[in-house]
Amino acid sequence: MTGYDRALTILGAAMLAALWVLPLIYAVWTAVHPSEYEARFVLTAPLTLANFIEAWQAAPFARYFLNTFVLVTVIVICQFVLCTLAAYGFARYRFPGRDILFSLVLLQLLVMPDILIVENYGLLRRMGLVDTIAGIALPYVASGFGVFLIRQTFMTVPQELDDAARIEGAGPLAILWRVYVPLAKPVYLSYGLVSVSHHWNNFLWPLIVTNSVETRPLTVGLSVFSAVDSGVEWSVINAATLMTSGPLLVAFLLFQRQFVQSFMRAGIK
Amino acid sequence: MLTRQWVHGWLLLMPALTFIFLFTHIPAVVTVWNSFFSTARGRRPSVFVGLDNYERLINDPVFWKVLSNNLWFALGTIPTSIALAIAMALFVNRQFLGRSLVRMAYFTPTVLPLIAVANIWLFFYTPGFGLVDQILGAFDHGQTNLLGNPDTALAAIVVVSVWKEAGFFMIFYLAALQAIPPQLAEAARIEGAGGWTIFRRITFPLMMPTTLFVSINAVINSFRLVDHIFILTAGGPDNASSLLLYYIYETSFRFWDTAYGATLTVAMLALLCLLAIGQFFLFDRRVHYK
Repeated sequence: MTGYDRALTILGAAMLAALWVLPLIYAVWTAVHPSEYEARFVLTAPLTLANFIEAWQAAPFARYFLNTFVLVTVIVICQFVLCTLAAYGFARYRFPGRDILFSLVLLQLLVMPDILIVENYGLLRRMGLVDTIAGIALPYVASGFGVFLIRQTFMTVPQELDDAARIEGAGPLAILWRVYVPLAKPVYLSYGLVSVSHHWNNFLWPLIVTNSVETRPLTVGLSVFSAVDSGVEWSVINAATLMTSGPLLVAFLLFQRQFVQSFMRAGIK
Repeated sequence: MLTRQWVHGWLLLMPALTFIFLFTHIPAVVTVWNSFFSTARGRRPSVFVGLDNYERLINDPVFWKVLSNNLWFALGTIPTSIALAIAMALFVNRQFLGRSLVRMAYFTPTVLPLIAVANIWLFFYTPGFGLVDQILGAFDHGQTNLLGNPDTALAAIVVVSVWKEAGFFMIFYLAALQAIPPQLAEAARIEGAGGWTIFRRITFPLMMPTTLFVSINAVINSFRLVDHIFILTAGGPDNASSLLLYYIYETSFRFWDTAYGATLTVAMLALLCLLAIGQFFLFDRRVHYK
């Protein structure tokens, strides 16, 4: 590796990185300056939080935050419980139809509920769950991806540990809880991070299901807010945009390594 | 004893499978069933219409338009983001000062909601005022309207998707790169191979499983993710940037023609299956290193 080659690589890397953060930097710039500076880049431009305050007051973002928080929490907890049970069944039990059922579960990696919006909406209407947070969550509470991911980990747990616990008289659920779950902690972290960011960002399905402030998550709220293009200034819209992605972004900056590793682990298995 | 194992196994699966079947498999089957019926309107109930919806599908110019859009969208997004992802991974795989900063820059768009991403880019594309026009203006280029022009709207959306996805794919390539034994490159270098040859003959072929995985992911995403269309163009102008799922949404939830929406969904399902099968066979012969 020559020094020249190396310098060229670093230059390329830095230029691409600059290009990649440019949109974000620009959004931050407009959000923290008065709207006169939207397109004027002077270092002496006064900093302000007024755009954030205006956005916060112009739409019920506090409610949207709460809705998203409840939604994501419900989904992740349900996913953990349901996927863990199913993963244990697939990993350590023998029963007729297991392999067929498992391939049906894997089919969900290809055909996701996201695509079946027409029929799922009809189903939700018949259940009377349109415009509820439960309605947004239901199609996602069990995920084929989660079952697959956790099953892969459970299969690496030595059978001897399972047997030992069984001899001591522990039931299946106790074994699952005391032996398997603690050993799979890193996978739960990965899956949790991936799932949280996925459902925090989900838009189309919540858009279809919700039609009131009480249920709308942040993404839908943001789109409603920025669709009112009459009079809302760009600086305010950008402030709202950053605000809604803020918690995830901050979490990402704090736990960068875990995030990257989580997405990696979730993808490779 | 055996039957008890069966019962326990079944009980463990039951809760998850109930929800998975309820919201994925059953709806998929019912969608196919519904595509043979008409949409109930007012006092007219839904009736069996045979293949009428499919006849309409074949004669629907908008369907073919969004289908070809989806194809161009996939062709525009996937190879570019894979190439960029590989470049990013190669960059970040080296040791240098500020490496983690660079990696963070690449990966950050992945964490943002697609809706937020679209908002940011909409501002970029604003005619006369956005950053794109300001940069072009510095070169004495007139005002542009990339999103409002049927010739450029889809390309503008492709750019947004590439920006969003490349960093995500990078991490898979990064993992793949770290799994390649460094001795291979060393041996090749002793034999006098240059950097490009090493990449083309060793690194790239060894990353083929990753490329397969990433491209399947990317194809599914190109059908599944249409959030940015809502913000950027609403499918316009004249369906120039509409994608299949967006058209399904419009048909079913704006015009409430759910039967035709179901028919479009069947087309989408068929396409996804076809792609999965095709990709499997296409790549299967080239991926030796599983």
